[in-house]
Amino acid sequence: MPLVIERKPLTKLEKTWLPQIIGGLKTTFGYLRKESVTLQYPEERPVIPENYRGVPTLVKDPNGRVKCVSCQLCEFVCPPRAITIDPGEIPEASEQAHVEKAPREFEIDMLRCIYCGLCQEVCPEEAIFLQNVYSVTGTTREEFKYKKEKLLELGGPLPDRHFKWDKKKAAAESGNGGH
Amino acid sequence: MNPPSETGSPSPNPAESPRYRTAGYDSDAQLLEVSLGPQHPSTHGVFRMNVALDGEDVVKLKPVFGYLHRNHEQIAEQVSYLGSMPYTDRLDYFCSLSNNWAYAAAVEKLAGIDVPERAEYIRVITSELTRLVNHTSFLGFMLSDMGAWGTVLMYAFREREKILDLFESLTGSRMMGNYMRFGGCRCDLPPGWLEQARKVVDGYPAFLDEMESLIATNEIVISRTQRIGRLPADKAVNGSMTGPCLRASGVNYDIRKVDRYGIYDRFEFRVPLGDHGDCYDRLMIRFLEMRETLKILRPALRDIPEGPVMDPKARQRNLRPPEGEAYARVEAPKGELGFYLISDASDKPYRYRVRPPSLINLTLLEDLCLGEKIADVMVILGTIDIVLGEVDR
Ligand code: SF4
Ligand code: SF4
Repeated sequence: MPLVIERKPLTKLEKTWLPQIIGGLKTTFGYLRKESVTLQYPEERPVIPENYRGVPTLVKDPNGRVKCVSCQLCEFVCPPRAITIDPGEIPEASEQAHVEKAPREFEIDMLRCIYCGLCQEVCPEEAIFLQNVYSVTGTTREEFKYKKEKLLELGGPLPDRHFKWDKKKAAAESGNGGH
Repeated sequence: MNPPSETGSPSPNPAESPRYRTAGYDSDAQLLEVSLGPQHPSTHGVFRMNVALDGEDVVKLKPVFGYLHRNHEQIAEQVSYLGSMPYTDRLDYFCSLSNNWAYAAAVEKLAGIDVPERAEYIRVITSELTRLVNHTSFLGFMLSDMGAWGTVLMYAFREREKILDLFESLTGSRMMGNYMRFGGCRCDLPPGWLEQARKVVDGYPAFLDEMESLIATNEIVISRTQRIGRLPADKAVNGSMTGPCLRASGVNYDIRKVDRYGIYDRFEFRVPLGDHGDCYDRLMIRFLEMRETLKILRPALRDIPEGPVMDPKARQRNLRPPEGEAYARVEAPKGELGFYLISDASDKPYRYRVRPPSLINLTLLEDLCLGEKIADVMVILGTIDIVLGEVDR
């Protein structure tokens, strides 16, 4: 039994438009008493859920080390090719040397990025996260090319439950680092 | 005779221009050629119509599209299978999760991947919520096209917002879901999501009643939609129209019923039909569809089982499906959305093709508009419910 759209002719009363006008005004005035659903935007900010996909950022572990090991997986997966990585070694002088690699330069073009979150999904080090920054502004194209420092500043530290760096460092010091 | 001008500058005599089909008009009459759009607020984006008018009557109409062409299909042939998933969100940006499903289904068919039960439920729930979002905003835009500027749109957006909040906490983005993956969904539902969704679904009938009471008996709506833009069933079928517009012409064709894809055979719902095929039917069928959608959502939200949401064997990156081709389609809110893929066993599709419902429904615009008044063209275009992101790709 199909469901067919009913088409009732208007009653005599309805042809005077009065019930519709009164009904419409009733709805309108009804909303005067209800709570407003709008947000006065720049003053009030919306609540951002935890897994929001905002601007991609680089994070550090609680010891202040850059987690990214410049494996370039995110660079390859990024659909609009917004990420450019220049891989490099960690300088000898640093206490983190011989543990892992680190990006010499890491750049994300926010005008190309489509905030898809694939980089966060593939990253084996949990080093890149799309966090809650949702308004990016700038006046030139160059300003939207976020460099490593800016990305790290936006990212901030995130807890790392794997202690991978500490383990690797200990292994390297006891002579079986094997890179 | 002049060659057809592609820029839309009026040719000396539009009546003779081969761009148009002639439709019973007095050829001695002075025709006026008007270019509507591409920046007209009622064309739902950058869409242009070249209309030839005899007085106020439309005698010829030519849709011009392509202003929003983004090369979606070619880009998808250059990136990996996973890489085009976020781009499918941007086809019909009101219905990103149905688009995700259609694309994931095509790749799953190609690579022979199974989907776990819970993920099937999540897919049905999210794409039916998408249908609510689409039809609700359709009502708002449609009524603004008719001149009820603002109010209805705000009421509609207030309701849509509640569902977008659900999407935001589930997928991390309000409109660009990028949520489905080959063999399931990206992440499980966050805690408390189901209760929140049940609350939204339970509150929806009240909104629909309010909206319907404001629209269904409104004199202006009735006189601007009834008997306007009639589309007979045979013409609709010949023009491969799908979705609510086809059903408003009285053709009982809903892919959820025809293909019974996913787990749609587990739900009781009816397919609403229209019997006049005019704008009023195309408008009111959306109300009935939303009410039927609620009938799917309630049991789905109740019965959703626990379990994994991803097939653990399914690969996302470096997916290399065996050689072959696959076409998968879903009943997107606007009609049949299909993805056609050919694999040559590499990590990129050899051919990637979208069958967008908006574009194919739009090809019937001229048939609907001939003989109508110029002011009704906007209403007719509104009832077809197009999104330019999908028309132009
Ligand atoms: S952010 Fe992650 S995926 Fe990208 S290079 Fe660094 S470690 Fe690799
Ligand atoms: S969010 Fe997507 S587009 Fe943006 S950098 Fe990451 S992978 Fe690239």
